[in-house]
Amino acid sequence: MNNRVSTALHYLALCAIALVCVFPFWWTVVTALSTEGNIFAFPPTFWPKSPSLVNFEEAFRVIPFFAFFKNSVLIAAFTVFWKLVLCSMAAYPLARLRFKGRQLVFGLILATMVLPSEVNFLVNFITVTKLSLVDTYAGVILPNVVTAVAILLLKQAFEEVPQDLIDAARVDGASEWIIFTRIMLPLVAPWLATVGILTAVEAWNEYIWPSIVMSRPDEFPLSVGVLYLRGTFGSSTRVIAAGTVLTVLPTLAAFLFTQRYFMRGMDGAVK
Amino acid sequence: MNRSTVQAWLFLAPALVLLAVFSFWPVGYGSYLAFTDYSLVRPTSFVGLDNFRYIFNNDMFVTGLENSLVFLLMVPFVQIGALSLAVLVNNQLPGIRLFRAAFYVPVVTTVSVVGIMWGFMFHEQGTLNYVLTTLRLVNAPVGWLSDDTLALFCIMFVTMWRGLGWYMVMYLAALQAVPADMHEAAMLDGANRWQRFWKITVPMLKPTIAVCSVLSVLAALKAYQEVDVLTQGGPMNSTFTALYYAYDQGLKHLKLPRALAASMVVSVFCIGIAMLCLRWLQPGKK
Repeated sequence: MNNRVSTALHYLALCAIALVCVFPFWWTVVTALSTEGNIFAFPPTFWPKSPSLVNFEEAFRVIPFFAFFKNSVLIAAFTVFWKLVLCSMAAYPLARLRFKGRQLVFGLILATMVLPSEVNFLVNFITVTKLSLVDTYAGVILPNVVTAVAILLLKQAFEEVPQDLIDAARVDGASEWIIFTRIMLPLVAPWLATVGILTAVEAWNEYIWPSIVMSRPDEFPLSVGVLYLRGTFGSSTRVIAAGTVLTVLPTLAAFLFTQRYFMRGMDGAVK
Repeated sequence: MNRSTVQAWLFLAPALVLLAVFSFWPVGYGSYLAFTDYSLVRPTSFVGLDNFRYIFNNDMFVTGLENSLVFLLMVPFVQIGALSLAVLVNNQLPGIRLFRAAFYVPVVTTVSVVGIMWGFMFHEQGTLNYVLTTLRLVNAPVGWLSDDTLALFCIMFVTMWRGLGWYMVMYLAALQAVPADMHEAAMLDGANRWQRFWKITVPMLKPTIAVCSVLSVLAALKAYQEVDVLTQGGPMNSTFTALYYAYDQGLKHLKLPRALAASMVVSVFCIGIAMLCLRWLQPGKK
Protein backbone atom coordinates (compact mmCIF):
# COMPACT_ATOMS: atom_id res chain seq x y z
CA MET A 1 0.00 0.00 0.00
CA ASN A 2 2.75 2.35 1.04
CA ASN A 3 4.49 1.50 -2.21
CA ARG A 4 1.45 2.46 -4.26
CA VAL A 5 1.15 5.81 -2.54
CA SER A 6 4.77 6.60 -3.22
CA THR A 7 4.40 5.61 -6.89
CA ALA A 8 1.34 7.85 -7.16
CA LEU A 9 3.24 10.75 -5.60
CA HIS A 10 6.12 10.06 -7.96
CA TYR A 11 3.82 10.33 -10.99
CA LEU A 12 2.16 13.42 -9.55
CA ALA A 13 5.55 15.16 -9.30
CA LEU A 14 6.49 14.05 -12.83
CA CYS A 15 3.19 15.33 -14.24
CA ALA A 16 3.43 18.68 -12.45
CA ILE A 17 6.92 19.35 -13.84
CA ALA A 18 5.99 18.08 -17.29
CA LEU A 19 3.06 20.51 -17.27
CA VAL A 20 5.41 23.46 -16.67
CA CYS A 21 7.72 22.25 -19.45
CA VAL A 22 5.04 21.59 -22.04
CA PHE A 23 2.24 24.02 -21.24
CA PRO A 24 3.66 27.03 -23.17
CA PHE A 25 3.75 24.82 -26.29
CA TRP A 26 0.20 23.63 -25.71
CA TRP A 27 -1.11 27.16 -25.20
CA THR A 28 0.58 28.28 -28.42
CA VAL A 29 -0.91 25.40 -30.40
CA VAL A 30 -4.39 26.10 -29.00
CA THR A 31 -4.09 29.78 -29.84
CA ALA A 32 -2.90 29.01 -33.36
CA LEU A 33 -5.76 26.60 -34.02
CA SER A 34 -8.54 28.70 -32.49
CA THR A 35 -10.44 31.27 -34.52
CA GLU A 36 -12.93 32.57 -31.99
CA GLY A 37 -12.88 34.43 -28.73
CA ASN A 38 -10.53 36.82 -27.03
CA ILE A 39 -6.99 35.45 -26.93
CA PHE A 40 -6.14 36.83 -23.52
CA ALA A 41 -9.53 36.11 -21.96
CA PHE A 42 -10.17 35.25 -18.32
CA PRO A 43 -10.46 32.34 -17.92
CA PRO A 44 -8.09 31.34 -20.74
CA THR A 45 -9.06 28.53 -23.08
CA PHE A 46 -7.08 25.34 -22.88
CA TRP A 47 -8.79 23.66 -25.81
CA PRO A 48 -9.13 25.09 -29.35
CA LYS A 49 -12.44 26.84 -30.06
CA SER A 50 -13.82 26.18 -33.55
CA PRO A 51 -10.43 24.94 -34.73
CA SER A 52 -9.24 25.64 -38.24
CA LEU A 53 -6.01 26.15 -40.11
CA VAL A 54 -6.89 29.67 -41.15
CA ASN A 55 -4.17 31.23 -38.94
CA PHE A 56 -1.59 29.03 -40.58
CA GLU A 57 -2.77 30.12 -44.01
CA GLU A 58 -2.45 33.72 -42.84
CA ALA A 59 1.07 33.05 -41.53
CA PHE A 60 2.00 31.62 -44.94
CA ARG A 61 0.56 34.72 -46.58
CA VAL A 62 2.25 37.43 -44.47
CA ILE A 63 5.72 35.91 -44.17
CA PRO A 64 7.77 34.13 -46.84
CA PHE A 65 7.46 30.94 -44.84
CA PHE A 66 8.77 28.65 -47.56
CA ALA A 67 11.83 30.85 -48.04
CA PHE A 68 12.51 30.80 -44.28
CA PHE A 69 12.00 27.06 -44.23
CA LYS A 70 14.32 26.54 -47.18
CA ASN A 71 16.97 28.72 -45.54
CA SER A 72 16.74 26.76 -42.28
CA VAL A 73 16.98 23.44 -44.10
CA LEU A 74 19.96 24.52 -46.19
CA ILE A 75 21.83 26.06 -43.27
CA ALA A 76 21.26 22.94 -41.14
CA ALA A 77 22.19 20.57 -43.98
CA PHE A 78 25.40 22.39 -44.95
CA THR A 79 26.46 22.76 -41.31
CA VAL A 80 25.93 19.04 -40.68
CA PHE A 81 27.74 18.00 -43.85
CA TRP A 82 30.81 20.16 -43.36
CA LYS A 83 31.00 19.51 -39.65
CA LEU A 84 31.00 15.75 -40.23
CA VAL A 85 33.63 16.00 -42.97
CA LEU A 86 36.04 18.42 -41.27
CA CYS A 87 35.64 17.26 -37.68
CA SER A 88 36.06 13.58 -38.52
CA MET A 89 39.12 14.46 -40.60
CA ALA A 90 40.55 16.31 -37.61
CA ALA A 91 39.58 13.61 -35.12
CA TYR A 92 41.14 10.72 -37.03
CA PRO A 93 44.85 11.67 -36.73
CA LEU A 94 44.31 12.77 -33.13
CA ALA A 95 42.95 9.33 -32.34
CA ARG A 96 45.10 7.03 -34.48
CA LEU A 97 48.28 8.67 -35.83
CA ARG A 98 51.52 9.49 -34.06
CA PHE A 99 52.87 12.82 -35.18
CA LYS A 100 54.79 15.84 -34.00
CA GLY A 101 52.63 18.50 -32.37
CA ARG A 102 49.78 16.14 -31.46
CA GLN A 103 49.62 17.30 -27.84
CA LEU A 104 49.76 20.93 -28.91
CA VAL A 105 46.89 20.57 -31.37
CA PHE A 106 44.81 18.66 -28.87
CA GLY A 107 45.46 21.35 -26.27
CA LEU A 108 44.44 24.10 -28.69
CA ILE A 109 41.19 22.33 -29.52
CA LEU A 110 40.40 21.89 -25.83
CA ALA A 111 41.24 25.56 -25.26
CA THR A 112 38.41 26.65 -27.56
CA MET A 113 36.01 25.13 -25.03
CA VAL A 114 37.06 27.57 -22.32
CA LEU A 115 37.48 30.63 -24.51
CA PRO A 116 34.66 33.17 -24.11
CA SER A 117 33.07 32.17 -27.42
CA GLU A 118 29.68 33.80 -26.75
CA VAL A 119 31.01 37.13 -27.95
CA ASN A 120 33.07 35.88 -30.89
CA PHE A 121 30.34 37.20 -33.16
CA LEU A 122 31.54 40.78 -32.56
CA VAL A 123 34.88 40.17 -34.29
CA ASN A 124 33.54 37.43 -36.55
CA PHE A 125 31.22 39.97 -38.09
CA ILE A 126 34.26 42.06 -39.11
CA THR A 127 35.94 38.93 -40.49
CA VAL A 128 32.86 37.88 -42.43
CA THR A 129 32.51 41.40 -43.81
CA LYS A 130 36.16 41.46 -44.93
CA LEU A 131 35.74 38.06 -46.59
CA SER A 132 32.60 39.39 -48.37
CA LEU A 133 30.49 36.65 -46.83
CA VAL A 134 27.73 38.90 -45.51
CA ASP A 135 24.31 37.72 -46.73
CA THR A 136 25.66 34.30 -47.72
CA TYR A 137 25.02 30.84 -46.32
CA ALA A 138 28.79 30.39 -46.06
CA GLY A 139 28.95 33.34 -43.68
CA VAL A 140 26.32 31.77 -41.43
CA ILE A 141 27.79 28.27 -41.59
CA LEU A 142 31.59 28.59 -41.47
CA PRO A 143 32.02 29.75 -37.85
CA ASN A 144 29.86 26.85 -36.62
CA VAL A 145 31.43 24.05 -38.63
CA VAL A 146 34.36 23.09 -36.39
CA THR A 147 33.62 22.54 -32.71
CA ALA A 148 35.70 20.94 -29.99
CA VAL A 149 32.80 18.81 -28.76
CA ALA A 150 32.32 17.20 -32.18
CA ILE A 151 36.04 16.51 -32.55
CA LEU A 152 36.22 14.98 -29.06
CA LEU A 153 33.20 12.74 -29.64
CA LEU A 154 34.54 11.48 -32.97
CA LYS A 155 38.05 11.05 -31.59
CA GLN A 156 36.61 8.78 -28.94
CA ALA A 157 34.72 6.82 -31.60
CA PHE A 158 37.87 6.35 -33.71
CA GLU A 159 39.81 5.17 -30.66
CA GLU A 160 37.39 2.27 -30.25
CA VAL A 161 38.12 0.78 -33.70
CA PRO A 162 40.38 -2.30 -33.33
CA GLN A 163 43.98 -1.65 -34.39
CA ASP A 164 44.09 -5.00 -36.31
CA LEU A 165 41.78 -3.60 -38.99
CA ILE A 166 44.10 -0.66 -39.61
CA ASP A 167 47.24 -2.80 -39.56
CA ALA A 168 45.74 -5.24 -42.05
CA ALA A 169 44.87 -2.40 -44.42
CA ARG A 170 48.38 -0.91 -44.10
CA VAL A 171 49.93 -4.28 -44.93
CA ASP A 172 47.77 -4.34 -48.06
CA GLY A 173 49.27 -0.97 -48.99
CA ALA A 174 46.22 1.22 -48.38
CA SER A 175 46.91 4.93 -47.96
CA GLU A 176 45.77 6.79 -44.84
CA TRP A 177 43.02 8.43 -46.88
CA ILE A 178 41.70 5.05 -48.02
CA ILE A 179 41.87 3.71 -44.46
CA PHE A 180 40.01 6.77 -43.24
CA THR A 181 37.26 6.78 -45.86
CA ARG A 182 36.81 3.04 -46.45
CA ILE A 183 37.42 1.56 -43.00
CA MET A 184 37.16 4.15 -40.27
CA LEU A 185 34.18 6.24 -41.38
CA PRO A 186 31.80 3.29 -41.93
CA LEU A 187 32.73 1.87 -38.53
CA VAL A 188 31.94 5.09 -36.66
CA ALA A 189 28.69 5.70 -38.57
CA PRO A 190 26.51 5.60 -35.41
CA TRP A 191 28.62 8.38 -33.89
CA LEU A 192 28.48 10.39 -37.10
CA ALA A 193 24.70 10.09 -36.82
CA THR A 194 24.79 11.34 -33.23
CA VAL A 195 26.93 14.35 -34.06
CA GLY A 196 24.84 15.00 -37.17
CA ILE A 197 21.52 15.06 -35.34
CA LEU A 198 22.79 17.21 -32.48
CA THR A 199 24.29 19.60 -35.02
CA ALA A 200 21.15 19.74 -37.14
CA VAL A 201 19.03 20.82 -34.17
CA GLU A 202 21.68 23.31 -33.01
CA ALA A 203 21.97 24.83 -36.48
CA TRP A 204 18.20 24.98 -36.88
CA ASN A 205 17.90 26.79 -33.54
CA GLU A 206 20.77 29.23 -34.05
CA TYR A 207 19.31 32.67 -33.67
CA ILE A 208 21.81 35.48 -32.94
CA TRP A 209 24.47 34.76 -35.57
CA PRO A 210 22.17 34.32 -38.62
CA SER A 211 20.32 37.48 -37.63
CA ILE A 212 23.66 39.31 -37.80
CA VAL A 213 24.93 37.86 -41.07
CA MET A 214 21.67 37.92 -43.00
CA SER A 215 20.34 41.42 -43.58
CA ARG A 216 17.42 40.80 -45.95
CA PRO A 217 14.22 39.19 -44.62
CA ASP A 218 14.01 36.65 -47.44
CA GLU A 219 17.41 35.26 -46.33
CA PHE A 220 16.34 34.60 -42.73
CA PRO A 221 16.05 31.11 -41.33
CA LEU A 222 12.85 30.33 -39.40
CA SER A 223 14.42 31.00 -35.99
CA VAL A 224 15.01 34.62 -37.02
CA GLY A 225 11.98 34.97 -39.27
CA VAL A 226 9.53 34.04 -36.55
CA LEU A 227 10.61 37.10 -34.53
CA TYR A 228 10.44 39.22 -37.65
CA LEU A 229 6.82 38.09 -37.82
CA ARG A 230 6.25 39.37 -34.28
CA GLY A 231 7.91 42.69 -35.11
CA THR A 232 6.08 43.37 -38.33
CA PHE A 233 2.58 42.05 -37.72
CA GLY A 234 2.51 42.55 -33.98
CA SER A 235 -1.26 42.83 -33.81
CA SER A 236 -2.23 39.32 -34.77
CA THR A 237 -1.22 37.04 -31.93
CA ARG A 238 -2.90 34.02 -33.53
CA VAL A 239 -0.80 34.35 -36.66
CA ILE A 240 2.37 34.68 -34.58
CA ALA A 241 1.36 31.57 -32.65
CA ALA A 242 0.83 29.73 -35.95
CA GLY A 243 4.29 30.82 -37.16
CA THR A 244 5.77 29.69 -33.85
CA VAL A 245 4.18 26.25 -34.18
CA LEU A 246 5.54 25.90 -37.70
CA THR A 247 9.02 26.84 -36.47
CA VAL A 248 9.22 24.35 -33.60
CA LEU A 249 7.43 21.46 -35.29
CA PRO A 250 10.46 20.19 -37.27
CA THR A 251 12.84 20.25 -34.27
CA LEU A 252 10.30 18.64 -31.97
CA ALA A 253 9.61 15.89 -34.51
CA ALA A 254 13.34 15.34 -35.06
CA PHE A 255 13.92 15.23 -31.32
CA LEU A 256 11.09 12.82 -30.52
CA PHE A 257 12.17 10.34 -33.18
CA THR A 258 15.87 10.48 -32.32
CA GLN A 259 15.70 10.95 -28.56
CA ARG A 260 18.30 8.31 -27.76
CA TYR A 261 20.95 10.18 -29.77
CA PHE A 262 20.49 13.24 -27.58
CA MET A 263 20.80 11.26 -24.39
CA ARG A 264 23.88 9.44 -25.74
CA GLY A 265 25.57 12.48 -27.27
CA MET A 266 25.62 14.21 -23.91
CA ASP A 267 26.89 11.13 -22.20
CA GLY A 268 29.88 10.96 -24.55
CA ALA A 269 30.65 14.64 -24.21
CA VAL A 270 31.11 14.41 -20.43
CA LYS A 271 33.53 11.51 -20.40
CA MET B 1 59.27 15.65 -40.82
CA ASN B 2 58.23 12.10 -41.52
CA ARG B 3 55.42 11.01 -43.76
CA SER B 4 52.80 10.34 -41.09
CA THR B 5 53.35 13.78 -39.56
CA VAL B 6 52.70 15.42 -42.92
CA GLN B 7 49.62 13.28 -43.42
CA ALA B 8 48.30 14.05 -39.96
CA TRP B 9 48.65 17.77 -40.51
CA LEU B 10 46.90 17.53 -43.88
CA PHE B 11 43.94 15.86 -42.19
CA LEU B 12 43.88 18.53 -39.51
CA ALA B 13 44.53 21.56 -41.68
CA PRO B 14 40.98 22.58 -42.73
CA ALA B 15 39.60 22.31 -39.19
CA LEU B 16 42.55 24.19 -37.73
CA VAL B 17 42.23 27.01 -40.27
CA LEU B 18 38.56 27.50 -39.36
CA LEU B 19 39.30 27.36 -35.65
CA ALA B 20 42.09 29.90 -36.07
CA VAL B 21 39.89 32.32 -38.02
CA PHE B 22 36.62 32.00 -36.10
CA SER B 23 37.68 30.97 -32.58
CA PHE B 24 41.19 32.22 -31.83
CA TRP B 25 41.33 35.35 -33.96
CA PRO B 26 38.19 36.85 -32.31
CA VAL B 27 39.74 36.47 -28.86
CA GLY B 28 43.14 37.85 -29.84
CA TYR B 29 42.05 40.62 -32.18
CA GLY B 30 39.06 41.39 -29.95
CA SER B 31 41.29 41.88 -26.92
CA TYR B 32 43.41 44.29 -28.93
CA LEU B 33 40.41 46.22 -30.27
CA ALA B 34 39.08 46.71 -26.74
CA PHE B 35 42.01 49.12 -26.21
CA THR B 36 41.41 51.07 -29.43
CA ASP B 37 38.80 53.36 -30.94
CA TYR B 38 38.13 51.00 -33.88
CA SER B 39 35.33 51.97 -36.21
CA LEU B 40 34.56 51.19 -39.80
CA VAL B 41 34.95 54.79 -40.97
CA ARG B 42 38.32 56.03 -39.68
CA PRO B 43 41.80 54.68 -38.94
CA THR B 44 42.25 52.90 -35.62
CA SER B 45 44.31 54.36 -32.81
CA PHE B 46 45.24 53.10 -29.38
CA VAL B 47 43.27 54.66 -26.53
CA GLY B 48 44.50 52.73 -23.51
CA LEU B 49 41.87 52.10 -20.87
CA ASP B 50 39.37 54.68 -22.18
CA ASN B 51 36.76 52.08 -23.16
CA PHE B 52 36.94 50.43 -19.76
CA ARG B 53 36.65 53.80 -18.03
CA TYR B 54 33.66 54.59 -20.21
CA ILE B 55 31.75 51.39 -19.49
CA PHE B 56 32.38 51.48 -15.75
CA ASN B 57 30.92 54.99 -15.69
CA ASN B 58 27.96 53.87 -17.77
CA ASP B 59 24.79 53.02 -15.86
CA MET B 60 23.62 50.49 -18.42
CA PHE B 61 26.83 48.47 -18.15
CA VAL B 62 27.04 48.70 -14.38
CA THR B 63 23.41 47.60 -14.02
CA GLY B 64 24.14 44.88 -16.53
CA LEU B 65 27.11 43.59 -14.58
CA GLU B 66 25.09 43.63 -11.34
CA ASN B 67 22.28 41.75 -13.07
CA SER B 68 24.72 39.19 -14.42
CA LEU B 69 25.87 38.59 -10.84
CA VAL B 70 22.22 38.34 -9.71
CA PHE B 71 21.82 35.66 -12.40
CA LEU B 72 24.25 33.54 -10.36
CA LEU B 73 21.45 33.11 -7.80
CA MET B 74 19.78 30.67 -10.15
CA VAL B 75 22.74 28.26 -10.25
CA PRO B 76 21.82 26.34 -7.06
CA PHE B 77 18.17 26.15 -8.19
CA VAL B 78 19.15 24.82 -11.59
CA GLN B 79 21.57 22.24 -10.20
CA ILE B 80 19.39 20.99 -7.35
CA GLY B 81 16.38 21.01 -9.66
CA ALA B 82 18.20 19.12 -12.41
CA LEU B 83 19.60 16.53 -9.99
CA SER B 84 16.14 16.01 -8.47
CA LEU B 85 14.65 15.61 -11.94
CA ALA B 86 17.33 13.09 -12.84
CA VAL B 87 16.56 11.08 -9.69
CA LEU B 88 12.82 11.23 -10.53
CA VAL B 89 13.35 9.84 -14.05
CA ASN B 90 16.13 7.35 -13.19
CA ASN B 91 13.86 4.29 -13.12
CA GLN B 92 11.88 2.02 -15.40
CA LEU B 93 8.34 3.18 -14.53
CA PRO B 94 5.91 2.92 -17.46
CA GLY B 95 6.02 6.05 -19.60
CA ILE B 96 9.24 7.35 -18.07
CA ARG B 97 10.80 7.96 -21.48
CA LEU B 98 7.92 10.26 -22.30
CA PHE B 99 8.61 12.31 -19.17
CA ARG B 100 12.32 12.49 -19.98
CA ALA B 101 11.41 13.77 -23.43
CA ALA B 102 8.98 16.34 -21.98
CA PHE B 103 11.67 17.68 -19.64
CA TYR B 104 14.15 17.92 -22.50
CA VAL B 105 11.86 19.61 -25.02
CA PRO B 106 12.66 23.18 -23.82
CA VAL B 107 16.35 22.50 -24.53
CA VAL B 108 15.77 21.79 -28.22
CA THR B 109 13.52 24.81 -28.72
CA THR B 110 15.05 27.85 -30.37
CA VAL B 111 15.41 30.86 -28.10
CA SER B 112 13.25 33.08 -30.31
CA VAL B 113 10.31 30.70 -29.96
CA VAL B 114 10.94 30.49 -26.21
CA GLY B 115 10.77 34.28 -26.09
CA ILE B 116 7.47 34.42 -27.96
CA MET B 117 5.84 31.66 -25.91
CA TRP B 118 6.88 33.05 -22.55
CA GLY B 119 5.83 36.48 -23.73
CA PHE B 120 2.34 34.98 -24.05
CA MET B 121 2.58 33.34 -20.62
CA PHE B 122 3.74 36.52 -18.89
CA HIS B 123 1.13 38.67 -20.65
CA GLU B 124 -0.99 40.69 -18.21
CA GLN B 125 -4.08 38.71 -19.18
CA GLY B 126 -2.01 35.57 -19.68
CA THR B 127 -2.27 32.16 -18.12
CA LEU B 128 0.19 32.83 -15.31
CA ASN B 129 -1.85 35.73 -13.97
CA TYR B 130 -5.05 33.72 -14.39
CA VAL B 131 -3.69 30.86 -12.29
CA LEU B 132 -2.33 33.17 -9.61
CA THR B 133 -5.47 35.31 -9.33
CA THR B 134 -7.71 32.23 -9.30
CA LEU B 135 -5.67 30.73 -6.48
CA ARG B 136 -5.88 34.19 -4.82
CA LEU B 137 -2.09 34.39 -4.57
CA VAL B 138 -2.23 37.87 -6.08
CA ASN B 139 -5.07 40.39 -6.00
CA ALA B 140 -4.59 42.00 -9.39
CA PRO B 141 -2.84 40.83 -12.58
CA VAL B 142 0.91 41.42 -12.42
CA GLY B 143 2.84 43.05 -15.27
CA TRP B 144 5.61 40.50 -15.18
CA LEU B 145 7.80 41.88 -17.95
CA SER B 146 6.84 45.53 -17.53
CA ASP B 147 7.80 45.77 -13.85
CA ASP B 148 11.40 46.84 -13.46
CA THR B 149 12.07 44.64 -10.42
CA LEU B 150 10.20 41.52 -11.59
CA ALA B 151 11.30 41.42 -15.24
CA LEU B 152 14.84 40.26 -14.45
CA PHE B 153 13.55 37.38 -12.33
CA CYS B 154 11.16 36.37 -15.10
CA ILE B 155 14.09 36.21 -17.51
CA MET B 156 16.04 34.16 -14.98
CA PHE B 157 13.10 31.78 -14.70
CA VAL B 158 12.92 31.33 -18.47
CA THR B 159 16.69 30.75 -18.64
CA MET B 160 16.29 28.10 -15.97
CA TRP B 161 13.33 26.55 -17.79
CA ARG B 162 15.49 26.22 -20.90
CA GLY B 163 18.49 24.78 -19.05
CA LEU B 164 17.08 22.23 -16.58
CA GLY B 165 16.64 19.41 -19.10
CA TRP B 166 20.20 19.67 -20.31
CA TYR B 167 21.69 19.26 -16.85
CA MET B 168 19.12 16.55 -16.09
CA VAL B 169 20.55 14.42 -18.90
CA MET B 170 24.09 14.97 -17.58
CA TYR B 171 23.04 13.85 -14.09
CA LEU B 172 20.99 10.97 -15.47
CA ALA B 173 24.06 9.60 -17.26
CA ALA B 174 26.07 9.92 -14.04
CA LEU B 175 23.35 8.23 -11.97
CA GLN B 176 23.22 5.31 -14.36
CA ALA B 177 26.97 4.89 -13.99
CA VAL B 178 26.64 4.30 -10.22
CA PRO B 179 27.09 0.51 -9.78
CA ALA B 180 23.83 -1.14 -8.67
CA ASP B 181 25.60 -3.51 -6.26
CA MET B 182 26.68 -0.57 -4.09
CA HIS B 183 23.02 0.21 -3.48
CA GLU B 184 22.23 -3.46 -2.88
CA ALA B 185 25.04 -3.80 -0.35
CA ALA B 186 23.86 -0.69 1.48
CA MET B 187 20.28 -2.01 1.46
CA LEU B 188 21.45 -5.25 3.06
CA ASP B 189 23.13 -3.15 5.74
CA GLY B 190 19.75 -1.55 6.39
CA ALA B 191 20.32 1.88 4.83
CA ASN B 192 17.10 3.58 3.72
CA ARG B 193 16.59 5.48 0.48
CA TRP B 194 17.52 8.82 1.95
CA GLN B 195 20.74 7.49 3.51
CA ARG B 196 21.68 5.75 0.27
CA PHE B 197 21.17 8.97 -1.66
CA TRP B 198 23.44 11.02 0.62
CA LYS B 199 26.06 8.38 1.38
CA ILE B 200 26.38 6.73 -2.02
CA THR B 201 24.80 8.72 -4.87
CA VAL B 202 25.99 12.20 -3.94
CA PRO B 203 29.64 11.23 -3.31
CA MET B 204 29.70 9.24 -6.55
CA LEU B 205 28.20 12.18 -8.43
CA LYS B 206 30.61 14.76 -7.06
CA PRO B 207 32.68 15.16 -10.26
CA THR B 208 29.50 15.63 -12.32
CA ILE B 209 28.10 18.09 -9.80
CA ALA B 210 31.35 20.06 -9.98
CA VAL B 211 31.42 20.18 -13.78
CA CYS B 212 27.72 21.05 -14.08
CA SER B 213 27.94 23.77 -11.44
CA VAL B 214 30.86 25.43 -13.18
CA LEU B 215 29.11 25.22 -16.57
CA SER B 216 26.00 26.64 -14.98
CA VAL B 217 27.90 29.53 -13.38
CA LEU B 218 29.49 30.39 -16.72
CA ALA B 219 26.14 30.16 -18.51
CA ALA B 220 24.53 32.44 -15.92
CA LEU B 221 27.26 35.07 -16.25
CA LYS B 222 27.01 34.96 -20.04
CA ALA B 223 23.21 35.02 -20.36
CA TYR B 224 21.90 37.54 -22.87
CA GLN B 225 19.85 35.83 -25.60
CA GLU B 226 16.80 35.46 -23.37
CA VAL B 227 17.01 39.19 -22.62
CA ASP B 228 16.96 39.95 -26.33
CA VAL B 229 13.85 37.89 -27.05
CA LEU B 230 11.89 38.82 -23.91
CA THR B 231 12.55 42.46 -22.97
CA GLN B 232 15.44 43.82 -25.08
CA GLY B 233 16.89 45.25 -21.88
CA GLY B 234 13.76 47.10 -20.76
CA PRO B 235 11.77 48.26 -18.85
CA MET B 236 13.98 51.29 -18.18
CA ASN B 237 17.16 49.29 -18.88
CA SER B 238 16.48 47.19 -15.78
CA THR B 239 17.09 43.83 -17.48
CA PHE B 240 20.42 44.57 -19.13
CA THR B 241 23.01 41.90 -18.48
CA ALA B 242 26.72 42.49 -19.05
CA LEU B 243 26.77 40.56 -22.32
CA TYR B 244 23.47 42.02 -23.45
CA TYR B 245 25.18 45.39 -23.11
CA ALA B 246 28.03 44.10 -25.29
CA TYR B 247 25.55 42.79 -27.85
CA ASP B 248 23.51 45.99 -27.79
CA GLN B 249 26.53 48.30 -28.10
CA GLY B 250 28.40 46.17 -30.62
CA LEU B 251 25.62 45.32 -33.02
CA LYS B 252 22.86 47.84 -32.52
CA HIS B 253 25.04 50.91 -31.94
CA LEU B 254 28.19 49.68 -33.73
CA LYS B 255 30.41 50.69 -30.79
CA LEU B 256 32.62 47.66 -31.16
CA PRO B 257 35.52 48.58 -28.84
CA ARG B 258 33.12 49.34 -26.01
CA ALA B 259 31.32 46.04 -26.57
CA LEU B 260 34.62 44.16 -26.59
CA ALA B 261 35.78 45.89 -23.40
CA ALA B 262 32.50 44.82 -21.75
CA SER B 263 32.92 41.24 -22.94
CA MET B 264 36.51 41.17 -21.62
CA VAL B 265 35.24 42.16 -18.20
CA VAL B 266 32.75 39.27 -18.37
CA SER B 267 35.54 36.89 -19.37
CA VAL B 268 37.64 37.95 -16.40
CA PHE B 269 34.68 37.33 -14.09
CA CYS B 270 34.07 33.96 -15.73
CA ILE B 271 37.64 32.80 -15.29
CA GLY B 272 37.84 34.06 -11.72
CA ILE B 273 34.55 32.59 -10.56
CA ALA B 274 35.12 29.29 -12.36
CA MET B 275 38.46 28.90 -10.59
CA LEU B 276 36.88 29.71 -7.22
CA CYS B 277 34.14 27.14 -7.86
CA LEU B 278 36.61 24.43 -8.79
CA ARG B 279 38.69 25.04 -5.69
CA TRP B 280 35.61 25.11 -3.48
CA LEU B 281 34.19 21.90 -4.94
CA GLN B 282 37.48 20.00 -4.78
CA PRO B 283 38.96 20.94 -1.42
CA GLY B 284 41.34 17.95 -1.60
CA LYS B 285 43.27 19.32 -4.56
CA LYS B 286 45.55 22.30 -4.04
